Amino acid sequence: MKNFRYLEHVVTLKLDDFICIGCGRCLEVCPHQVFAANGEKVRLADRDACMECGACALNCPVRAITVDAGVGCASGLINEWLQVHNLRKVSSGGCCA
Amino acid sequence: MDYIVPPGLYAVGHPASSDPVVVTANYKMSYDAVRQSLCGRNVWLLVLETYGINVWCAAGKGTFGTGELVRRVKATRLADIVSHRRLLLPILGAPGVAAHEVARRCGFSVSYATIRAADLPEYLDNGMVTSPEMRQLTFTLYERLILIPVELVLAVKMIAMVGAVILLVMTLLGGMTAGILGFCAFVGASFSGIVLGPLLLPWLPGRSFAVKGAIAGILWSVLFYLLAGGSSWNGAVSAALFLTLPAVSSFYTLNFTGCSPYTSRSGVKRELHFGLPAMAAAVVVGIILLLVGRYLL
Repeated sequence: MKNFRYLEHVVTLKLDDFICIGCGRCLEVCPHQVFAANGEKVRLADRDACMECGACALNCPVRAITVDAGVGCASGLINEWLQVHNLRKVSSGGCCA
Repeated sequence: MDYIVPPGLYAVGHPASSDPVVVTANYKMSYDAVRQSLCGRNVWLLVLETYGINVWCAAGKGTFGTGELVRRVKATRLADIVSHRRLLLPILGAPGVAAHEVARRCGFSVSYATIRAADLPEYLDNGMVTSPEMRQLTFTLYERLILIPVELVLAVKMIAMVGAVILLVMTLLGGMTAGILGFCAFVGASFSGIVLGPLLLPWLPGRSFAVKGAIAGILWSVLFYLLAGGSSWNGAVSAALFLTLPAVSSFYTLNFTGCSPYTSRSGVKRELHFGLPAMAAAVVVGIILLLVGRYLL
């Protein structure tokens, strides 16, 4: 994404080269151009640009991609933490609405 | 006001059985954006039940998802209405939809078309091929600006409550002037974090939102120091100002991660892990310094 980079070396995205069939679905769904074609397979071209939305993993027909998907939202994570520690009643679920 | 459009199949223009099917959420603004961009064309519009939530947030929650898409295709008997078997989905809907599952369960193939509804006409004219620009997220000054009013409204209650406590306590301990100064300093720091941090986002140094917010807070601290006649304060009070105000701004700019389209869950977790204790420490040390400066120096 132009002009914006988030923290390095934190994302949980993993691609299993062995399982990948190179269908290219992940290239289609990723809004941050994390993947690139690599012959018959796909490679992680820009792993740190990943925002862990989980679109690639969900759309991978052979489950070659794993990622701890979720929303990168501070108040959502704080609410989640408060709920886990029973400091707040369970609401509709963290972030936004 | 009602922001929900009933889910189902809609016609834009006079679509025939061979015309494309565009899928969207039943948030009125999403629906209107798609409809307006397709104005003058003949297209089917399949609206999913996302309970009035936009595509991106609904996909994250799974309501804009495989199950609802398959259910809606069947409920509208889409297979009897159109002659092709292709659905055009917004790219930001992909976190909720497994394309291969949709194909398996209802026979329709999924094409992730564009990020923005405004690019749909070009996509359709382009032989339904997504260009790199249609896949490119942006976060322009204007896109950030329009998010800020909502952030302000969400924060105003908390700011008013904490501000009132500061006003009361500082007035009791140091007189009316101190109370008003403390109140203004805090409110300004909150605004710096909510308005200045997000607006200056790409230009503030560092990658961490907490750091960017702290820097916005330092800018405010300098301005406040100059405006409020900080040169007459003792060192402890000045140090307290430069510790507490950036901490407040930092917290609010860190909150803006929820509005940004590029922060990861793991990254925000890390920021919270290091940021929240640092902010709390800065506030506690700042308060101690303020008391020291008031009573011991």
